[in-house]
Amino acid sequence: MWAIISQIFPYAMAFTAPLLITSLGGLFSEKSGVVNIGLEGLMVIGSFSSALVISTFQPIYPEGAIWLGLIAAMAAGILFSLLHAFASINLNANQVISGTAINMIAGALTVFIARNLTGSGNIHIMSGLTRFNVPLLSSIPVIGKLFFSQTYMSTWLILLILFVSRFVIYKTAFGLRLRACGDHPHAADAAGVNVYVIRYIGVMLSGAFAGLGGAAILVTYSGEFNGSVAGLGFLALASLIFGQWKPLGILGATFFFGFATTVANVSQAVPALAAIPPVLLKTFPYIVTLIALIIFSKSSQAPKAAGEPFDHGKK
Amino acid sequence: MKTTVNKQVIIGLISVVLGLLAGALLMLITGNNPFEGYNYLFRGGLMNIERIGNTLATATPLIFTGLSVAFAFKTGLFNIGASGQMLFGGLCATAVGLSFDMPRFILLAAMILAAMIGGGLWALIPGFLKARFNVHEVVATIMMNWISYWVIYYTVPAFFKGEFLETESRNLPAAASLKAPWLTNLFDGSFINYGLFLAVIAVILIEIILNRTILGFELKAAGYNRFSAEYAGMNVNRNIILSMVIAGALAGVGGATFYIGYASNIQIGVLPSLGFDGIAVALLGSNAPYGVFISALFFGILHSGKGFMNAMTSIPPEIGDTIIATIIYFAATSVLIEKGVNAVKAKLSGMKNKEQESVPAEGGR
Repeated sequence: MWAIISQIFPYAMAFTAPLLITSLGGLFSEKSGVVNIGLEGLMVIGSFSSALVISTFQPIYPEGAIWLGLIAAMAAGILFSLLHAFASINLNANQVISGTAINMIAGALTVFIARNLTGSGNIHIMSGLTRFNVPLLSSIPVIGKLFFSQTYMSTWLILLILFVSRFVIYKTAFGLRLRACGDHPHAADAAGVNVYVIRYIGVMLSGAFAGLGGAAILVTYSGEFNGSVAGLGFLALASLIFGQWKPLGILGATFFFGFATTVANVSQAVPALAAIPPVLLKTFPYIVTLIALIIFSKSSQAPKAAGEPFDHGKK
Repeated sequence: MKTTVNKQVIIGLISVVLGLLAGALLMLITGNNPFEGYNYLFRGGLMNIERIGNTLATATPLIFTGLSVAFAFKTGLFNIGASGQMLFGGLCATAVGLSFDMPRFILLAAMILAAMIGGGLWALIPGFLKARFNVHEVVATIMMNWISYWVIYYTVPAFFKGEFLETESRNLPAAASLKAPWLTNLFDGSFINYGLFLAVIAVILIEIILNRTILGFELKAAGYNRFSAEYAGMNVNRNIILSMVIAGALAGVGGATFYIGYASNIQIGVLPSLGFDGIAVALLGSNAPYGVFISALFFGILHSGKGFMNAMTSIPPEIGDTIIATIIYFAATSVLIEKGVNAVKAKLSGMKNKEQESVPAEGGR
């Protein structure tokens, strides 16, 4: 059993990272008061633009191409998220519809462009990030083997962003304003906070983080852009709820989903798990989310004004 | 009332024009000729009787998913789970079709009924969760989509495995298909099938339910203002569940028209995009059944013409999906268009008023 767990842990960590950063992006958006159902599409945009940049630069600049790709993914995510921000903040559009449009535009547009470039619609990169054992820490018994062996640099970057985000949300003036805009936008407005600007920042951060999430899939375990991120954006949205809109809650929720999905993926190879019908393992995260939704329905920590348009003139 | 309908039509048309313009821009950027592109796109959808038949067959499931989303919208619910419902409905229909050997009419009726029940059940869960626990239906239906995806992924190979491929079910026998030889021959061998007639019936039925029955009134009342509907003594929770079930049943039958009409088997590993296109169809049709019908036909042209366009030019077929997605975005931001329309109207009526003012002045002289 130990052998299995220590074997699948690195995979679970690699799978968790993109989910975590995307969910964290969703957190910034919802904390500011804008529901962003377009995370899936923003991940696709990130995956696409990083694939484009990496495959272009890898032949001439092999060491830095991947990092350039990650930066490009965040930039493209921000640009694309502006569509959602403009619709939901300036035009008071239905945020779910706008987010759905983002998902559909992203999926169609990226494959459209990729087909123009490569013919097949897929973009390969020559190589992704290499796994490494964290020096010293990986030799700690038990923990070293689980958490610090065979890791990707992007995972550590994402964990760093998580802890910085937690600090920003709860310990800084910006974080206070962000939360105020999501809970009581009119009170924030009366206190002199520019709700529109804060919400723009929230949505743009969700674009940057979801873009990074899409790119993280590409440079770790996928290695190829194919026009989809297989519903991970929606799973990130579920993690946000499951984690009750708290950074550490999200960490727990995404790791739970990451681990559950990895278990489902390897179940056929592991005799102890092969007895469980795979359909149960695959649907497990979604069913658990539904159950969690029921349990949290009475005490939901959702930002109170998430999804509600803010109109400066209306009190 | 009439003016608001006209306004919706104008906004819809402007959204379509903007979507087509965005598509033209993309064709230009990628070095293609947009006039040539659209020429082949529309010819691919409409140039002969066979292609018109294919366009109608493509539009059929879209009419159902569009009706499904629109019906839920009327009750204030966002059914983003039409894809999962049509997938599960399609599975139920396929399962009945492959398992039973009955006279054709009874078999087809049983298959459609199975699809209705399957789709309805799939939507019952989010509906119940919404009514009983106030769980947001958007998240619940998204989860149900993926549960449906994986259930089909494992059920089809386990029980209905195809002869050649693991990834699809066996082909349905001709008796269990909605395709009919006379219809196929009439349209020169196209995919058109009985599903279209079901879709027309569904459009009329939903129009009647929404606008001519007490149930429709209650459902819409719950959508406009949940609390006043409750205060008026309506059972809002029951109506929420009922509305979701009807929406799911519509999507389920849509799945049947897709998997046992348009296609002859069900594939695994694909969450049909038609459920999401249904959102576009409903929005563009301003959630009215007749509007849904017309906008589904329009999207049918885009979808069935894009293959021909791709064969004749170097424009990738995804342009069709891009245009549809852009249209949804413009429909979502219709406030902007509405403002524009109002500004134009105000200018026009301003000019009229000035003319009228100037008339008596001249007459007085």
